[in-house]
Amino acid sequence: MNKLYEKYIKKESLPTLFCPGCGNGIIQRAAIEAIDNLGCRKETACVSGIGCSSWIPCYLQMDAIHTMHGRALPFAEGLKLSQPDKKILVFTGDGDCMAIGGNHLLHAAARNIDLTVVMVNNNIYGMTGGQKSPTTPLEAKTKTSPFGCIDMPMDACALVMTLGASYVARWTTAHPVQLAKAIAEGLLHKGFAFIDVLSQCPVQAGKSIWGEKDPAKIMKMYKEHTYMVKEGEFDPAAADRAGDKKGKIPIGLFRNDPDAPEYLEKVKAKLSQCGIK
Amino acid sequence: MDVKSEKRNEVVLQGNEACAKGALYAGCRFFAGYPITPSTEIIEMLAGEMQRAGGAFIQMEDEIGSACAIIGARWGGSKAMTATSGPGYTLMQEAIGFAAVTETPIVIVNVQRGGPSTGQPTRSSQQDIYQARYGSHGDYEIIVLSPSSVQEMYDFTIRAFELAEQFRTPVILLSDEVVGHMREKIFIREGSEVIKSEKHRYVVSPQEDFFKGANTTVEGQLHDERGRRIGHIATKSGDFIYNINKKIRDNIDSIASIDTYCMEDADVAIVAYGSVARPALNAVKHARGIRDDRILPKTRIIRDLFKRGFSKTLKTDYSHLKVGLVKINTVWPFPEELLRQATGNVDTVIVPEMNIGKYSREIERVLKDKLVVPMAKCGGEIHTPTEILDKILEVSGLDEEAVK
Repeated sequence: MNKLYEKYIKKESLPTLFCPGCGNGIIQRAAIEAIDNLGCRKETACVSGIGCSSWIPCYLQMDAIHTMHGRALPFAEGLKLSQPDKKILVFTGDGDCMAIGGNHLLHAAARNIDLTVVMVNNNIYGMTGGQKSPTTPLEAKTKTSPFGCIDMPMDACALVMTLGASYVARWTTAHPVQLAKAIAEGLLHKGFAFIDVLSQCPVQAGKSIWGEKDPAKIMKMYKEHTYMVKEGEFDPAAADRAGDKKGKIPIGLFRNDPDAPEYLEKVKAKLSQCGIK
Repeated sequence: MDVKSEKRNEVVLQGNEACAKGALYAGCRFFAGYPITPSTEIIEMLAGEMQRAGGAFIQMEDEIGSACAIIGARWGGSKAMTATSGPGYTLMQEAIGFAAVTETPIVIVNVQRGGPSTGQPTRSSQQDIYQARYGSHGDYEIIVLSPSSVQEMYDFTIRAFELAEQFRTPVILLSDEVVGHMREKIFIREGSEVIKSEKHRYVVSPQEDFFKGANTTVEGQLHDERGRRIGHIATKSGDFIYNINKKIRDNIDSIASIDTYCMEDADVAIVAYGSVARPALNAVKHARGIRDDRILPKTRIIRDLFKRGFSKTLKTDYSHLKVGLVKINTVWPFPEELLRQATGNVDTVIVPEMNIGKYSREIERVLKDKLVVPMAKCGGEIHTPTEILDKILEVSGLDEEAVK
């Protein structure tokens, strides 16, 4: 077993629930690498919602709370407010984060509260067997859009940037090194760090979304159908929500603003301004 | 109530404010909430007081978020509470189940209002009595306390934190608009109590708080003692369910609490909880001719003159009724044994409730040998003492004419 895995994975919980070829393993590995590089394992707790991606922290030898569908963010906010000096790493999926948990995402981003959120975006509800999610592209045929998806997909990065998230990036499972770097930067960042990770679901989304069920080929498509943008170049107002299957998706670090006021710092400043603490 | 403190201060407080003060005294240092009538005074008071006491406060985007945030905060090591009413309490149900299954000690205050749906935001009710017990999906036991005075709002809030930590379970403080909004003179304590968390005695899957190096796994699926999922193993899952229920049911003796009044020689018992225990107590005093020096009950005669008419108000005689009161403080788990003992000598039990007559079913189940008479009242008005006494006259056949 890989040395990092020896150190971080609960062997007694193996094998994982992930299907062969799932992107979750790559993301889990990137998160472990980020935590190990920063040496912040003892000061970091993981919070996750419900869905395939929310199982990622359950195999880690770390403090982890596997919460309710859509509610990872409020659990994480409570934990953070209770332990302001610690780092909180949230794993969530596109359905978990943007559909059932959409309201919490809006408010956590608007607060710019110091959390690091990894949104595993496979464009589908995988665990329940392949139903359309808020990021399913138009026309994609899923179990609940048998005639083709008519709902305009949402762009999570554009959404949280509009609201005031101060670190926003998008990577894919075909960019594991950049992803690990982004998670590390997110953990170091004081503020709401949001990382949208395009991740393959060969079993439930393969044919219907990408027309391809070979995970290696989907990852190759991630490289071919994305383009890098530089920080500050991604305009959330002009983000292409149409999700045209032939269109390319911008990836990269979209925003990194260390000076944006963070929620707990604002609380602290307000209290000291009023002579309370 | 067994609350330790040296110095006691006499103050006049509103029920909701007393709840907030009680939480601070119990060491609650995290509050997340969302404004909703008639519980809003709790979040308003704690918005300032919690941070002054060195704790954290956040107004969440909804009640779901509030209930989740307090669970998160509790795993961070802070004692935590939220408060809500009606629709907000409905939204919190999933998180209550999560807290029960993960054995997270939290306190949730429900200041009941009239329902269903938006219902009667500014009026009182006891309609959530079953929701408090059975609100979340799945099988779990829960502790629910029902205060009937401002003093009890304070004391029971403290008790709720004690029970939550002792049994590692969510505890519901089931108040209502009447108790939440009334003002009374009460005693409060200075300083703060240190409530220790019980980790092993009753707990099915003991988990250390976060950031103690214990690699805690908090899992909403059925899980083993180390937090690993067991949902796919029927025998282990079954045992888990039995155990989280048993830890409360088997310890009912140390949880259950009732108060009795004039029950020694009573023929008829009024069994009441929450705000309705107040007119019930006044009914007992009235029938028994116990002097009440308070001004407000005296002025109520004017209301009765209008509502019931002169002759009925002035001429009805209740003095032959041997009425007693059993006030239930811990509505869940249902205090079966205590109730049986307290009502041993009576043959008629009247159960006034501000709902369609729910809790009386539970009492009927336990007191099979007695005549249990539900006395439902919906619409937002609390029972009056004479209404309760008239009901007793009616069901016992001892109306004033027969005696004369």
